[in-house]
Amino acid sequence: MFGPHLNQDMRGIRVRLLSSRRRHPAAKALLLVFGLFMMGALYSVVAPPVQVSADDTVTQQVEEGRALFAVGCASCHGLNGEGQTSGTIQGPPLAGVGAAAVDFQVSTGRMPMARPGEQAAAKPNRYSDEEIAALAAYVATLGPGPAIPEPAEYTPANISAEDLARGGELFRTNCSACHNFEGAGGALPNGKYAPPLVGLDDKRLYLAMLTGPQQMPVFSDEVLTPEDKRAIIGYLNALHEQPAAGGLALGGLGPVSEGLWAWIVGLGGLVFFAMWIAAKGAKAK
Amino acid sequence: MSDDTAHGQPGTEVATVDEERYPVPDPGLEEHLPRLTDVDEKAADRATRQVATFFGLVPILSIGFVVVYFAVPGDAWVDFGPLQANSRNLLLGLTFGLALLFLGIGAVHWARKLMDDEEKIDYRHSAASSEADKNYMLTELDKVVDESKITRRKIIGRTLLAALATILLPMIVGLADLGPWPTKKKRAETIEKTIWAPGVRVVQDITFTPIKPEDIEIGQLINGEPANLQELEGAEFQIEKAKAAVIVVRMDPNTITIPPSRQDWAIGGILCYSKICTHVGCPISLWEQQTHHLLCPCHQSTFDLGNSGVVVFGPAARALPQLPITTDAEGYIIARSDFTVPVGPSYFERDSRNDFKEGDN
Amino acid sequence: MAEPAATVNDETAVQAQTPKKELGPVFKAAAGPTKWLDDRLGIAGLGRPFLRKVFPDHWSFLLGEIALYSFIVLILSGIFLTIWFKPSMAEIEYEGSYELLRGLHMSEAYASTLDISFDIRGGLLLRQMHHWAAAVFVAAMLTHSLRIFFTGAFRKPREINWLIGVAMLTLGIINGFTGYSLPDDLLSGTGLRFVDGLIRAIPVIGTWAEFFVFAGEFPGELIIPRLYMVHILLVPALLLGLIAVHLALVVYHKHTQYPGAGRVQGNVVGYPVFPVYAAKAGGFFLIVFGVLTLMGAVMQINPVWVFGPYNPAEVTAGSQPDWYMGFVEGGIRIMPNWEWHIGSTTWSWNVAIPGLGLMGLFFGLMAIYPFVEAWVTGDKSEHHLLDRPRNNPTRTAFGVAAMTGYAMLWIGGGNDLVATQFDVSLNAVTYFLRVAVFVAPVIAFLVTKRICIGLQHADRDRMLHGAESGVIDRAPSGKYSERHRPISAAQAFTLTQHEDIPALLPATDTDGYSEKEIRREQLRRKATRFFFIDTLRRPTRAEIEEAEHHHLHPMIIGDGEHHAIEAEEEHHLAK
Repeated sequence: MFGPHLNQDMRGIRVRLLSSRRRHPAAKALLLVFGLFMMGALYSVVAPPVQVSADDTVTQQVEEGRALFAVGCASCHGLNGEGQTSGTIQGPPLAGVGAAAVDFQVSTGRMPMARPGEQAAAKPNRYSDEEIAALAAYVATLGPGPAIPEPAEYTPANISAEDLARGGELFRTNCSACHNFEGAGGALPNGKYAPPLVGLDDKRLYLAMLTGPQQMPVFSDEVLTPEDKRAIIGYLNALHEQPAAGGLALGGLGPVSEGLWAWIVGLGGLVFFAMWIAAKGAKAK
Repeated sequence: MSDDTAHGQPGTEVATVDEERYPVPDPGLEEHLPRLTDVDEKAADRATRQVATFFGLVPILSIGFVVVYFAVPGDAWVDFGPLQANSRNLLLGLTFGLALLFLGIGAVHWARKLMDDEEKIDYRHSAASSEADKNYMLTELDKVVDESKITRRKIIGRTLLAALATILLPMIVGLADLGPWPTKKKRAETIEKTIWAPGVRVVQDITFTPIKPEDIEIGQLINGEPANLQELEGAEFQIEKAKAAVIVVRMDPNTITIPPSRQDWAIGGILCYSKICTHVGCPISLWEQQTHHLLCPCHQSTFDLGNSGVVVFGPAARALPQLPITTDAEGYIIARSDFTVPVGPSYFERDSRNDFKEGDN
Repeated sequence: MAEPAATVNDETAVQAQTPKKELGPVFKAAAGPTKWLDDRLGIAGLGRPFLRKVFPDHWSFLLGEIALYSFIVLILSGIFLTIWFKPSMAEIEYEGSYELLRGLHMSEAYASTLDISFDIRGGLLLRQMHHWAAAVFVAAMLTHSLRIFFTGAFRKPREINWLIGVAMLTLGIINGFTGYSLPDDLLSGTGLRFVDGLIRAIPVIGTWAEFFVFAGEFPGELIIPRLYMVHILLVPALLLGLIAVHLALVVYHKHTQYPGAGRVQGNVVGYPVFPVYAAKAGGFFLIVFGVLTLMGAVMQINPVWVFGPYNPAEVTAGSQPDWYMGFVEGGIRIMPNWEWHIGSTTWSWNVAIPGLGLMGLFFGLMAIYPFVEAWVTGDKSEHHLLDRPRNNPTRTAFGVAAMTGYAMLWIGGGNDLVATQFDVSLNAVTYFLRVAVFVAPVIAFLVTKRICIGLQHADRDRMLHGAESGVIDRAPSGKYSERHRPISAAQAFTLTQHEDIPALLPATDTDGYSEKEIRREQLRRKATRFFFIDTLRRPTRAEIEEAEHHHLHPMIIGDGEHHAIEAEEEHHLAK
C-alpha cells in the first residue's frame, strides 16, 4: 500500500489486525465494492433537495432519521436540532454540522452521551449502520454541512513516500500538539483530553479532521485539503505499522516513561545484582 | 538533657571515642565460618565448573556478535510477543550484553564461592597529619617566604597580585563576542520585531498556501506563517519562524469579546494570534474550539482566544500577542502590521505592564 | 585514633622480605615484567598500600560504583557516537534509509543521529546504551547521595568529598541536559527553547546571557556546536577530575562501615582489594556494562525519528525533559504567574524562581547540610562508623521531607501524563501540587521522625526486654504474654554503639563571652533541642543491669548459649 520500499522494509512484521485486514489480497477488491456501494448510498443521501423530494427512499430515510433523532438526540439538541443553551441539559444546535459529524459522533459511540459532561467519550455504538445513515440524512436536512466522504477521499492508497514525509510534517504541525508525537493522546484543561489515535480507521481520522468534534478544531477541506488529510492518515498508519526499531516502546509517552524504566529496570536491576554481590552466602555450619 | 557535657562551648573538642563509652562491650569480630565450598570439595568443583561455564560462554557470544554484525541485514525485524524490534540492534545488543554480563557474573561468582572469604581488619589513622609533619611544614614554609624575600620587598607582592588579577582580563574579555550585545537598538531589530509587516499574507505552515476568510469555518484552527518566511533559509529561517508563527482561529462572533481598540484587527470572528507562548516560548496550538481556550503543552499556560488572548491559567503572565489582520484585493488574509508588542517570553529591559490584560479596551 | 597494632600492610611488608623461593607460580611468571616496570616506576612501592587495602562489603556501598561504571560506559559509548555525529545546524535534505523523513529538510545534527540509528551497524545500540547509561548514571548518583545522607557518611572528615559529590551530581545533570539537546529533534529543540526562555528570565542580565549563549537569537546556528563542546569536553573533563579526587579521598579516608560486632571507629573490616574486592568490583563493572547493553538492545529510548526534526513552530503533547530535569520542569509548571514591574523593567519570577531558584535551593541545601549539622552538634570528631538512620530522627526526617518535596515537583513535571493516565483534571493536579509541594514535606518530616523514634523504642525494648520469640504463654490467671528471648552480644552491641547527642538547655554561665558569642551559642542550643529533644537515649549500662536483674536472667548472651536457648524453646514448642 505504501509503495515497494516500505513493504520491503516491513517484511515479516505482524501488523495490527486492522491493517492486516486492509493489506489482505482481497482488501483492494473489497474496498472497491464497498466504495462503490458507499458512493451510491451517499450520493442518494447528499444529493440536492430537489431530487430528495422526488426520491421516496430518501424521504423515508429522513423520516426514519427524524424518528430516531426524537428518541435519542432531542433531549439535548432540541426536537428540531435547534440546540439547548440553557438549563441543566445542554446541547449545541445541529444546523450545518452536516452528515459527516453525525457519522463520526454516533459511529464512535460519542453520541448520544451517557450523561452530560465535559467531554463525550468514545464507547460501543448502539446504532446500526442504517440507523446512523438515517440520522445523518435527517441532520443533513437541517442545514448545509460537510457530507460523509467517500472512501477514495480518506483512504491513503498508493501514497508516495514524499507525501508520507509531508504527512508527517503536517501531523507534527497540526496534530501532535494535542495528540502527541506518536498519536498517544494528551491532556487538555479541566479533565478533558485529546484521545489516542492508535488503531483508528482512516474514515474516523478523516471525519475528525473534517468536522472538529467537541473541543477539537475544524480542519476544513478548503484549508487542509483532502490530499493533506490523506497524507496525515497515511503517515499515522505507516508510523503505527512500523515496529519500534529500538525494542520495547515503553508506552510511547516519551521521557517520563523512559525515566520510570531507567529507575525500575536500570537502577533496580543493578541494585539487585549489588545485593547478590554483597550478600553473605550460605555457611557450611 | 544536661548542660555540662563536652558539647558545652564553641570550640570545645568532643572527647575522641574510647571503648569505655559503650554500654555493652564490643564482643569482637564474629567467628569466621567456612562456606560449603570451603569444606566440600564437590561443591567447590561445582562452583568451579559454573564459573568456567560463564567464562566459556563469553567467546561464543563475542563471535556471535561478529556474525550478527556482518550477517544480519538492517531491515530485518523480530516479532516476539510484545517485543518488536530491529533484529540487528536486538541481536548485537543481546550477544554483547550477555557476554559482558556473563563475564561479570563469572568473576563475582568466583569471588563469592572460591576466593578466600575471610574478612580482614585494617586500622584507621586520623585524616589529619601528625604534629611533627605540621611543624615541619610550617617551619619550611617560613623559610620559603624568607628565601623569596617577598616580605622585605613588599612592592613585588603587591604588583604580583595586581598582575595575576589583570592577566585574567584578556581571557574574560575574549568572551565578550560570544554573541551580539542586546543593546536597545539590537533588541529593537531582533527580539522585538518579526517579519510580519503590512500586507504580508497569512499562509498555512508547511504548504505555504494563502487563506481566504470564507474558507475558514467556525471552530477552525490554522497554523500559519507569514508568506515572506518562504524566502528565507537556514538559520535565518529558523530564527524568524521561531517568532513569526501564528494561529488563525474562527469563532462565532456572538460568543467572543473583542475590545473596541481591536475591532478592526479581526475579520468577523477570524482572529490571529502569536503561536509563541509568553511564558518560555513553546509554540502553542492546543485550541479548544468550544471554550476558545488555548493550552500550552509544555507548562500548561492557558489563554482565552475569545478574549484577546488573556491568561486564564498557568505560569504565563502576559496575554498572547494578537496580530491585526484584514484581507487584500484578492480576498486573502493579510497582516495589517507587525505585532504591537514583542512575542515570546518577557525580559528584564522591557516593562510589559501595559500589555493587554483582562478588562482593557 | 591511630592504633599501633600490626596492620595488613605490615604483614605484606614482612612477606616481601622473605626469600623468593617461597613465592607462588603466578609471581614467578610475572617476575620479569614486574621487575622491568618496577625498575622504572617503582610499582611495588606504589602498590604496597593498595594491594591488600580493605573495603567493607555492603550492597549500599555499590551504589556509587553503579554511578562510576555508568560513567565509564557513557565515555566508551560516547566516544563511538562522536565518530559519526555531526554537531552542525546546517540545513540539509535527508536521504538516509528512514522512509518517513526522507526528503525533509533538517539539521546535519539530526540527520547524522538518524544515520547512527539506521545506517551505522550497532549505532542504534550505542545511542540507546548511551542514553540509558545517562539516566542510570544520574539515578545512581542521587541514590548514592541518599545513602550517604541517611547514614551520616558526610560527617568529618568526609565533608569535602560530599561537596565534590554534589558538584558531580550537578555536572551530571547539566551534561545530561546538553546531551538531550544535541540530536536537534523536536523534543531537544523544545527543551532548548525552554532554556532560552529560562535564561531570558534571569533578572538584569537575562537578554545578555541569552544572546551570549545562543550567539544571538534563538535558535541561531551555534548552540549545538557549543553544547557539543560542553557535552564531550568541558563537563566530562571536570567530572573525570572530580571522580579522581573523590576516589582518592575514599582511599585516603578508608571506607566507612556499618556498626556491628568488631566493627568500630578505629578499624575497617572487609575484603582486601586483591583478590576478592577486585573480582567483585571488576565483575560488577562488567555487570553494569552488560545490563546497560541489554537495556539498549531490548528497550527503546529517545526514538528521535518519531519526534521529527526540530521545527520552531511545532510542539508535541508529552514534551518532557529526561527524568533528572523533571523536578525543575515541575516547579516551572506549578508556579503561579508572578511578574513584577519595577520602573521600566520586568522581573519574571514565574520563570526565574522555579527555573533557577529551585536548582540553587536543591544543590545549595545539599551542600550546606553537613556544615549545619556539625555546627548544631558542635561535634569536631571524626566519624567512620555509619549511623543507623533511626538514631538521628531529625536528619532522617529532613532527608525524607526533601525527597517528598522533590517527588511532588517530579509529579508536577508530568502533570499532563498524570491527568491522562489517571483520569483527573490537569488543572486540579496543578492546584493540588501548589499546596502539596509545601505541605507534603512537612507531613513527611513529622511522620518520618515519629517512625524513627518508634524504631528506637523497638530497639530499646529489644535491649531491655529481649527479642520477641513468637511464643505466647498463658498464665494461670488467663493472662496472655509473649515470651522474650535474650539477644546476642553482637546484636546488643549494634543496638547500643551509637552516641547520644544531647539537646542543650539555654546556657546560663555566660561570663566572659561577647554578646554575639552568647547569641550564637543560644541559637545553637535551640537548634540542638529541635534536633535531639525527642530522640530516644540509648539504654545505659545501669539500665541494662537493672533489666537483667528484673528478668532474673542475662539479657545478652554469647552465640553458643543463644543457640542452646533456641533449641530449648523449640523443644518446648514441640511439647
